[in-house]
Amino acid sequence: MSSLVSSPIGAATAPALIVIGASLGGLRALRELLQQLQPEFSIPIAIVQHRYWDIQHRLMESMQQGVRLPLREVEDKDELQPGKIYLAPADYHLLVEPGSFLLSTDPPVSYARPSIDVLFESAADAYGQRLVGVILTGANHDGAAGAAAIKAKGGRVLVQEPATAESDVMPAAAIAQTCVDAVLPLSELATQLNKFCAASSL
Amino acid sequence: MDINSARTARPDLEDIELELLLEGLYRYYGCDFRNYARASLKRRIRKVLETEGLTQISALQNLVLHDAAAFKRMLLGITVNVTSMFRDPSFFLAFRQQVVPLLSTYPYIRLWHAGCSEGQEVYAMAILLQEAGLYNRCRIYATDSNERVLQRAQTGIYPLGLMQQYTQFYLQSGGQRSFSEYYTAAYDSAIFRSSLRENILFSQHDLAIDGSFNEFNIILCRNVLIYFDAVLQRRVHKLFHESLCRFGILALGRQESLRLSPYESEYEALVKSEKIFRRLD
Repeated sequence: MSSLVSSPIGAATAPALIVIGASLGGLRALRELLQQLQPEFSIPIAIVQHRYWDIQHRLMESMQQGVRLPLREVEDKDELQPGKIYLAPADYHLLVEPGSFLLSTDPPVSYARPSIDVLFESAADAYGQRLVGVILTGANHDGAAGAAAIKAKGGRVLVQEPATAESDVMPAAAIAQTCVDAVLPLSELATQLNKFCAASSL
Repeated sequence: MDINSARTARPDLEDIELELLLEGLYRYYGCDFRNYARASLKRRIRKVLETEGLTQISALQNLVLHDAAAFKRMLLGITVNVTSMFRDPSFFLAFRQQVVPLLSTYPYIRLWHAGCSEGQEVYAMAILLQEAGLYNRCRIYATDSNERVLQRAQTGIYPLGLMQQYTQFYLQSGGQRSFSEYYTAAYDSAIFRSSLRENILFSQHDLAIDGSFNEFNIILCRNVLIYFDAVLQRRVHKLFHESLCRFGILALGRQESLRLSPYESEYEALVKSEKIFRRLD
């Protein structure tokens, strides 16, 4: 599957939330993506990056490098605010409700906690068509079911082009499971997110 | 009206079914999940649907209202908070270093473990207090809303396979001994020493319904409030405030806060990063 972005991706509804899932190689990919967002980027972004215990504190700092938008590790019941990037804390699932986040310590889903599927599925429930999901590099299948849930509720899904990902397994799994809206390299993903933001502020 | 706006205007059927189920459970069985955080509750209910071989919440409602055994299975599915001993070792390390010295001055220590689930954290705290030489002065009240979970907690038996991880957490939490001293291995189980249980009183208490039952020096409630919505969190914080003595200590989970507590200003942070607070007066 190649890029479909020449036609406007769901120009109908402006997104109220963007959810991103990343695993192996995700830190570098996330930084590259987030650095290219406009300073006035106003759609809240929630991220699940798989990680190990020992890097939990360093992850926030290293991800913030070069990124202008403020990053926050989610505390329970945090409210979604425009222009903020929210990161799932280590060893908690991150879920979305209309207007706020919540956390859970339920067992790992497909060996992952935080799990991308858990974030995507709850966000799809809460935001339906006003949600955009993004799957980046990773070496497992987390996020594929979540991407399908987003599509089922009328939201949009963008996937990092597998050939350009450090690990192509996760993007390929998402593409195989559901009819995604676009498959793009990182820089074009950033361009697309910026367009969403411009559309939402109209 | 186009199709899209019609779709957003119509309420979600699953949400309606969920509300009806919760209302039914409350009216018929008296257990109140109406103020549990919706997104996580929904996930747990979907899991119950899966294990019961059902697809719709209304079918589950029919089942649990007419079949008490199915109701009990569902309760386990939606109330058990799985945790491990010494989860968040840095919390237990901070407790050893900064709370234990305060407790040493007390002649008698009453501790409430609210929402203890299967008891992993209760035993972890008992081990810590024994090592600090405080256990004999302690009375630990371990409560949970679910009777069956409490029965499991009371046995102090956990899968042997988990001990490797518990040991690692124990050592990271500042434990100085060999963790295997605390349990006996039998087949696939680790049976914890009964001396750890001597001063623990397990009893049923539902944070969503029940009131204060004693005055405590310490209340531990970690990763329980995340399952409650803002309304229920406020209720529980009121309950905690009423149940803590002057300078009493309240310990929450790593990503929890007092932000939703009506009493936030009546606490000070004792160890901010570990969410250990102290009631001011």
